[in-house]
Amino acid sequence: MSSIVSLPDQTTARIPKRNYLTNENGILSWLLTGDHKRIAILYLISITFFFFIGGALAALIRLELLTPQSDLMAADTYNKVFSMHGIIMIFLFLVPSVPATLGNFLIPIMVGAKDLAFPKINLLSWYLYLIGGGMTLWAMISGGVDTGWTFTVPLSTHYLNTNVVTTGLAIFVAGFSSIFTGLNFIVTIHRMRAPGMTWFKLPLFVWSNYAASILMVLGTPVLAITLVLVVLERTIGIGVFDPTKGGDPILFQHLFWFYSHPAVYIMILPGMGVISEVISTFSRKRVFGYSAVAFSSVAIAVFGFFVWEHHMFIMGVSNYSTLIFSLLTMLVAVPSAIKIFNWAFTLYKGSITFETPMLYAFGFMGLFTIGGLTGVFLGSSGTDIHLTETYFIVAHFHFVMVGGMLMAFLSGIHFWWPKMTGRMYPEKLSQLAAVVTFIGFNFTFFPQFLLGMLGMPRRYAAYPPEFQVLNVFSTAGATILGVGYLLPMIYLVWSLKYGQIAGNNPWQATGLEWQIQSPPLTENFIEIPVVTQDAYDYEWLERQKEREVTQVG
Amino acid sequence: MDSPTVALHESTHSEHPSYQRHHFVTMAQQRESASFGMWLFLLTEIMFFGGMFTAYLIYRNWYYPAFVAGSHTLSIVLGTTNTAVLITSSFTMAMGVWCAETRRRGGLILSIILTLILGLAFLGIKSVEYHEKWVQHHVPGLRFDAMSFVHPKAEPGQPAEPGLPLDMAQHTEVYFSLYFAMTGMHALHMIIGMGLLIFMLIKAIRGAYDNGNITFIENFGLYWHFVDIVWIFLFPLLYLISRHQ
Amino acid sequence: MDHISPVIWQFLVKWLTNFAVIPPEASKVAPQVDALLLFMTLVSLVGLTLVILLVVTFSVLYRRERSPVATQIEGSTLLEATWTIIPLGLFLVMFVWGSVLYFRIYTPPPNAMQIYVVGKQWMWKAEHPGGQHEINSLHVPVNKPVQLTLISQDVFHSFSLPAFRVKREAIPGRYTTVWFEATREGTYHLFCSQYCGTAHSAMIGQVVVMSQDDYKKWLESSTSGVSLAQNGERLFASLSCTACHNGTPQARGPNLAGVYGSTLTLTNGQKVTVDDEYLRQAILNPSAHITQGYAPIMPTYQGQISEEGLFSLVEYIKNLNSNYRILQTTTTTELAPAATAAAVGTKGMVKP
Repeated sequence: MSSIVSLPDQTTARIPKRNYLTNENGILSWLLTGDHKRIAILYLISITFFFFIGGALAALIRLELLTPQSDLMAADTYNKVFSMHGIIMIFLFLVPSVPATLGNFLIPIMVGAKDLAFPKINLLSWYLYLIGGGMTLWAMISGGVDTGWTFTVPLSTHYLNTNVVTTGLAIFVAGFSSIFTGLNFIVTIHRMRAPGMTWFKLPLFVWSNYAASILMVLGTPVLAITLVLVVLERTIGIGVFDPTKGGDPILFQHLFWFYSHPAVYIMILPGMGVISEVISTFSRKRVFGYSAVAFSSVAIAVFGFFVWEHHMFIMGVSNYSTLIFSLLTMLVAVPSAIKIFNWAFTLYKGSITFETPMLYAFGFMGLFTIGGLTGVFLGSSGTDIHLTETYFIVAHFHFVMVGGMLMAFLSGIHFWWPKMTGRMYPEKLSQLAAVVTFIGFNFTFFPQFLLGMLGMPRRYAAYPPEFQVLNVFSTAGATILGVGYLLPMIYLVWSLKYGQIAGNNPWQATGLEWQIQSPPLTENFIEIPVVTQDAYDYEWLERQKEREVTQVG
Repeated sequence: MDSPTVALHESTHSEHPSYQRHHFVTMAQQRESASFGMWLFLLTEIMFFGGMFTAYLIYRNWYYPAFVAGSHTLSIVLGTTNTAVLITSSFTMAMGVWCAETRRRGGLILSIILTLILGLAFLGIKSVEYHEKWVQHHVPGLRFDAMSFVHPKAEPGQPAEPGLPLDMAQHTEVYFSLYFAMTGMHALHMIIGMGLLIFMLIKAIRGAYDNGNITFIENFGLYWHFVDIVWIFLFPLLYLISRHQ
Repeated sequence: MDHISPVIWQFLVKWLTNFAVIPPEASKVAPQVDALLLFMTLVSLVGLTLVILLVVTFSVLYRRERSPVATQIEGSTLLEATWTIIPLGLFLVMFVWGSVLYFRIYTPPPNAMQIYVVGKQWMWKAEHPGGQHEINSLHVPVNKPVQLTLISQDVFHSFSLPAFRVKREAIPGRYTTVWFEATREGTYHLFCSQYCGTAHSAMIGQVVVMSQDDYKKWLESSTSGVSLAQNGERLFASLSCTACHNGTPQARGPNLAGVYGSTLTLTNGQKVTVDDEYLRQAILNPSAHITQGYAPIMPTYQGQISEEGLFSLVEYIKNLNSNYRILQTTTTTELAPAATAAAVGTKGMVKP
């Protein structure tokens, strides 16, 4: 198979002496850095750490579900394990995954700026993340928490004696980290674009992160105040959600999902941005219908705010409000469909190669299509009654978030790895990892759709024996999936020292980030670029290369 | 290998003031970014308080008599005084921003001190009100008793108001929950603001703003006015609306 | 097959012989839900196949070996409109179809028989009007619409009957309802599907669908002897409700006979239809539910009556047709235990 990878001559190539990694030395130069690229690396290390903790908890869950009885651990322990798995994966991995690592690294470069607008706030956001993460770990070690990631009242406020307050405050703090990241992105994209970089010349990765940032900035504070009220209710006993005092627990559900539904778009939108970049680069073509893809991101962000009640269809809300929210849910599905078809047609008449990022992107398209379509099963209120609160929800969510988002994250990490580190990852091994992940993923989560159809409720430590076979399949798949995730961890670390020198633009991609050295300088650009070309303008790239050749010749 | 996209951009380094951060091209860009960021942050603050305002609107609709009775227990005198104090502090803060803009160090320091004093006065009056609630057993959860709404005590010189039925009286706890949550969050914002004021005061005394780099003061001014505006909403909702029904 | 471990082999055999993708269709609405599920599955399969087909075909046709230079295409408004409108149309069909089902599942028919269910950590307690109490099981007759009124006495629970394709949350502080008509006799799963604490996964039980004759026998053999309405009547008297709600012209409270289902005007001018939820609220939070023309003197019973007791009272008032027995009680100040016209429902058998 041919490849577009063009690396410099390995015998003479060197990593540039001066770059953001070597600019300053010592641990303090990292801990006090204002450089968005270094903060991105700090984030990358910390979210990987939390991903593996969350993953270990997932392994425990799958092991427990191998048998119908709760024999590996007591029901109480199981509840703590799945709660922690959810909390860590959602608030400490999925929400910051692409924005805080790839977004942090790339957005300033993509818009042609030397840094994010507020470098200190960016660093503060990482420290807040660490404090939130540390508090979560502390809550886990010192007895755990068994509310589930949804903190449902009055269970969380009055009926549990675990570390609800610590965890609630941890998420409150981590929430501010997310607000600051979003705020930084929005200001940067609005105010820091290079001369000539108009909105419609921005890469789609920037558009989708912009949409996600709007959700972060407007949604997260609602979660914050909700958690504050939960904590106050638990500690001093105010009565906003407590039904015995005249409060309404349904109000909690409204406020919680007002954030937590947009939150899934916070998680998936940046991933969609990665896919746009990768598919365009490896088919050597401008993204089909650039503006449709850009606007569909914004449409998802806007509609995303008005669908939260579909989490409450069976909670005794008025039938007519269900009607409205079900309709809006159907509408929010359309932009996702548009994106999928636009990506598919980007391939049309392209010149396609199949490097690892592209394989992950294909994986994303397949799994996200399944995840999205099964979302329609749940958005349609009549079928939601049967499917909600079962493993169908679990499978749907994991298809979108793990099959979609995590695939996109890995795709992006491989795609920009040469830019971030200056070295290539081992191609064959990583292609293998992508395939293993895809197979393992389907093995793990597809059986869960069937379990859900059969009615197996989620969050069950023990279940009726007739569900065992499918659960065994799922656990078996999870072991494959685990290998699929460990592999990149190992070979990416290996590549830091032994990978091939990547050069500036190994993929022959068009983005501004590929026109500068790898790893970039601390200030990204020696001089701020003046942008004349569109995003994904491969003809412009060809002309540039020709000019270079003639100049050199 | 120099990037071909990197066209030579006019270098204006010589004209940059010392306080311009390296990643901004012009001082105007830096200032605009900062104020845009501040406005965005205030937007998140609106959503933050918005959650509580939503709760307030819903419960007020459900437990109207309890909310009326609850707001009757608040002291209009103290509330009005506090509103006046806070509006005045907004004025002194605006004066501070003006002084900073016109590089009057003395005026700036005086304004900051006045704002601090007014902020302290606000919190002082607020704590008097909180104390009153504690004495009257109107603190939800910790120290609450609805009986004072069932059998209200007659105030001197006025006939006793008719009491609430017990079930409605119990719902005043929801009112007070929201009262403490909303005013408490507001007070927390005041305290954070005053911390920043002290920080600014120290810097102002050292003359850090004499060079015209006053983005921080301007943005803090926005924050302080925002906190003021939140109170402008809280005061009528908690103290005034339907007081004489 | 000796190289396959016997355990796995057993699994595979077990799975292939019992393979099912949907639980039994045991209620009237189940086939209707399944029809929509089937439709959605087919649409999804077509959609997924289309996406895979596009990706695979393009990957083969336009791989670098065959197509060394890409042709730049801006986009196509026509194509994009197509894949906006067709999915939108399909989603709207699913929306309408789903909503029809939703309204059907959550709108009980007027002739449905009533069963009350209280959820608590970690059990389901069912109260039949005839005085049958059940824990973690529910006996229902076949081919008869059954309406469940649910409430939780602590945290959120969810009453899930996969074989019937119905599910409803039991929420603290308010009633929710759901109904079904079982069509096939048998025993089916009953789950709590909303996470409710430590023993969430133990909050399971079974629904037993019986022939109408068997159901009658079951009712007779398992009654506690006091019907729900009778229990309500006792509570009504012992809580001194009779002092005001006795239907006499000088009574301080409104007449409750026949009040269920009627429309009342409240003191604030609001018009309400008296249903289970209204009755519950009027007992617990009376001051906001005062009928026009009456003084707000009713005390609250918050914290004094259990959820089962409230169900009894609701059932009692629902079936109250005349004030004859109330008047008797108030004049003789004596509680009449036996069943009479006031306590409609099934006659209770007094056990020794």
